[in-house]
Amino acid sequence: MVTNTSAPPHVVAGFSVPRVMYQVLLALVPVLATQVYLFGLRPLLLAAMAGVTALACEALALRLRQRSPQPFLRDGSVLVTAALLALAVPPTLPQWQLALGVATAVLIGKHAYGGLGQNPFNPAMVGYAVLLVSFPLEMTRWPAPGGEWDAMTGATALDTLRTGLRQSYTMQEIFAGPAFGHMGAAGGEWLNLAALAGGLYLLVRRIVRWHIPVAMLAGIAVPAALFQLFDPGAHASATFHLAAGATMLGAFFIATDPVSAATSDRGRLFYGAGIGLLTWIIRTWGGFPDGVAFAVLIMNLAVPLIDRYTVPRIYGHARQ
Amino acid sequence: MNVRGGLQLKSHKSRPLERPIRVVPAPATLVLALDQGSGEDAVAVVRPGDPVHVGTLVGSAAGAAAALHSPVSGTVREITVRPTPRGVGPCIVIDNDGRDEPATPVLPLDWHALDGTTLLERIATAGAAGLGGAAFPTAAKLALARTTGAELLLLNGAECEPWICCDDALMREHAADVVLGAQVMLTAAGARHCVIAIEDDKPLAVAAVESALGTASDARIAIRVLRALFPLGAEGPLVAAVTGREVPHDGLPPHVGVVCQNVGTAAAIGRFVRDGQPVTRRVVTVTGSGVREPANVEARIGTPIGDLVAACGGYTGTDVRPIAGGSLTGRLVAGDEVPVTKGLNCVLLATVADLPARGPEMPCIRCGDCASACPAGLLPQQLYVAARTDDADGLERFGLGACIECGCCDYVCPSAIPLTARFRAARERQHLQALERRRALEAKVRYERHQHRLAEQAEAERRAFDEARRRAGGQDSGQP
Repeated sequence: MVTNTSAPPHVVAGFSVPRVMYQVLLALVPVLATQVYLFGLRPLLLAAMAGVTALACEALALRLRQRSPQPFLRDGSVLVTAALLALAVPPTLPQWQLALGVATAVLIGKHAYGGLGQNPFNPAMVGYAVLLVSFPLEMTRWPAPGGEWDAMTGATALDTLRTGLRQSYTMQEIFAGPAFGHMGAAGGEWLNLAALAGGLYLLVRRIVRWHIPVAMLAGIAVPAALFQLFDPGAHASATFHLAAGATMLGAFFIATDPVSAATSDRGRLFYGAGIGLLTWIIRTWGGFPDGVAFAVLIMNLAVPLIDRYTVPRIYGHARQ
Repeated sequence: MNVRGGLQLKSHKSRPLERPIRVVPAPATLVLALDQGSGEDAVAVVRPGDPVHVGTLVGSAAGAAAALHSPVSGTVREITVRPTPRGVGPCIVIDNDGRDEPATPVLPLDWHALDGTTLLERIATAGAAGLGGAAFPTAAKLALARTTGAELLLLNGAECEPWICCDDALMREHAADVVLGAQVMLTAAGARHCVIAIEDDKPLAVAAVESALGTASDARIAIRVLRALFPLGAEGPLVAAVTGREVPHDGLPPHVGVVCQNVGTAAAIGRFVRDGQPVTRRVVTVTGSGVREPANVEARIGTPIGDLVAACGGYTGTDVRPIAGGSLTGRLVAGDEVPVTKGLNCVLLATVADLPARGPEMPCIRCGDCASACPAGLLPQQLYVAARTDDADGLERFGLGACIECGCCDYVCPSAIPLTARFRAARERQHLQALERRRALEAKVRYERHQHRLAEQAEAERRAFDEARRRAGGQDSGQP
C-alpha cells in the first residue's frame, strides 16, 4: 500500500518497535544476572549463542521470504525471542539443543506464519515446547544453585513436589528437600524475584500494561490458595506457586507478547487468567515440570475466540 | 469526565498568545471559496463585473453550505477554480476598491424583540457557520435543536489541538461577544441553559469569560472547566465530558438534548446583532517555527494566507509545510494563495523540527496502544486488519463509522502505521461501493419498469387485437 505522508496526523509520538523490544531486553538483565550469580557463566554463553542463532535464522528467513533484512534485523524482536528461550531452559542444556529450539522458534514459530506481527503462537514457547518433548531429560534437570552444577543437577522443586505427593510424602518432608528455598524453589525463587523486578520496570515504563500479568498471577494464586485451604496436605501454597518455576518470567515477559495475546484490555484479563489457571492445573495434575509454556500456547489458540467476544463498547453504541 | 482515551500533548500555544489579535489589512484581491469548509458549495449569485459592497450576498446557502457575503466593496473579477484549504474548488474572486462601503446601513439588530424562528432566519442570512472548523450552517444546527427540543447549548471553547489558540485569544479579547452570542443562540434554539466548556490550560480565557458572565448576570449561562485532553474539542467526546451522555451512533447531539456551537461562532453572532453585518471575518492562528512572529490575526474571509504570514513578520526562511488546521487533523495546503475560509482556524507553518517525520512503517504488533488512545472506544488494531483486507463485516463490527479521524492512534503507534489515512480510505471505498450499489439498484428498477412497460404494451396490443378480431368476428356472418 502507498503511504501518503501528507495525510494527517502530521505529528507522531516517535515510539518505535525497536524501542519496545530493547526495553524488554533491558528488563531481562536482572534475570540473566541472577542466573549467572546462581549457576556461573554458562547462562551468559547460552544467551549469547541463542542471540547469534536467532539473528542468523531471522536473516535466513527474511532472505527466503525475499524481504529486506534491514528494519527487521534491527527491530530486536528476534533477540527477545532468543533471550526468553535461553532464560527459560536449564543452564545445563547442550548448546546444540538450545540452537535447535531457537531455530524452531524463529523459523517455524515466527516466519512460517509471516514474520513479525503475524505469529499466532508465542515463538519462544513454540521452541520451548519442541525442546521439552524432544529432550525431556535435559530440559527437566536444573543445577543446584552455587554448587558444582555438573554433578548436582536434579529435579526441580515443582517436579519434586509432584513426585513426592504421588508417593504419599507429607508437605513437610517434601519441602525439607534440597530443591526448595524460602518461598519457592531454591534458586528459582531468586529468579522469580529478578523477573518480577524486570516486570515492574516494564510496567512503570508502560511497555506492558497490567492486565495480563495481574490476571495471570491471580489465575495461579487464587486456585492454589483455595485448594490449599481445603486440602493443605495435597496442595502447595499460592506463595510457592508464585515463586516457583517460570511464573514471573511467564507473567511479565512471555504472556505479555502482544502479537500472540488477546488485544483488548478486557480480553487480556481473560487471556492472562486462562494462562494462570492452566499453568496451575498442569503443575498440579500434569506430567510436565512446569505448565507456563503449554498454558501460553493453549491460550494463544483461544485468542481469536476471546477477541471475538471482548470488543469494547464503541462510543454512541449500546453494549453488545 | 466520562471520556475514554485521548492524548495529553505538549502545548505550542504560548508564542502566538504573547501578542494581542492583529488585524490583517484587507487585500487588493479576495478569493471566496464557495466551499467554506463544510464540504458543500454555496451557489454563486454574482457574475463577473458585478459591483459588490461589504455584506453583499455573493453565494446563497445550499445544504451544508451557509450563505456567503462579500467582505469588501469592489467588483467581481471572475468565478474560477482555485486552491482552497480543502484542496481546490470554485471561488469568487473579488477586486477590492478599498472603500469598504457597506451594502446596508450598519444597524444593531433588536434581537430581544424577535422570536426564535425569526432569529433563526436572521442568523441564516448572516451566513453564520461553525467557525470551529466544520463550517456547518449555524442556523441549521440551531433549528434542529429547536425542533428536537434540545435543552443545552454547549459552547465549545475546549480547543484541545496543541497549536491552535484562536478561540483562546478570542475569548480573552471578546468574551462579551461570546456571552451575547450565547444569549442570542439560546433564544434561537429555544434551549434552557448554556455551558461554555473551556480546557484548564486557558486560565486567562476562563477569567475573561467569567468576568463577562458577571457583567451579563445571566443565570442560564455557566462555565465548565475541563482537563486539557486531545481530542476533547471534538463534538462526541465533548458532549460526553460535559453531560455524561453519548451521542448515539445513528443520531446527532440534539438527540441527547445538546446543541454544540463553537465560541468563535457565538462571538460572530454577538457581533452580528451588535452591528447587523454578516459574518465576513474571523480569527486565525498563524503559528509554527516557519513564521517570524506567531500570532492570532483577524482577517477577512478570502484573504490569502500569504498576507497572514506577512502580517506576522513573514517567513523565517526555513523550509515549511503549510498546514490548514492543526498538527493532528490539519491538511497540507498548496501555499500562499490559499484563502481564509470560515472553517480555517489555523495556519501552521511547520518546519521539520516542529513535526518530525515518521519512522518507516513496520508490521502491527498488536500492542494495543492505539486502543488505549482511541476516544471512540475502538480497537484500531483490529479495524486496521479489516481495512487492509477490505472486510466489510469487520469494518462494521469494529466500528469504522464511529471513527472521528482524530489521529490519536497514529500518534501512539510504535509501528508508524498511518491508521487514520487507512480508515479514511476504507470509508471512501465504502462510500463509493454504496454509490455503486445505489446506481445498480436504480438501473435494476429502471430495467424492471421498462420490462413492465413492455409487458403492459404487449398486453394492450393483444387486447386491441382481440377486440379488433371480436369486432371483425361480430360482423362475420359465420357466427353461430
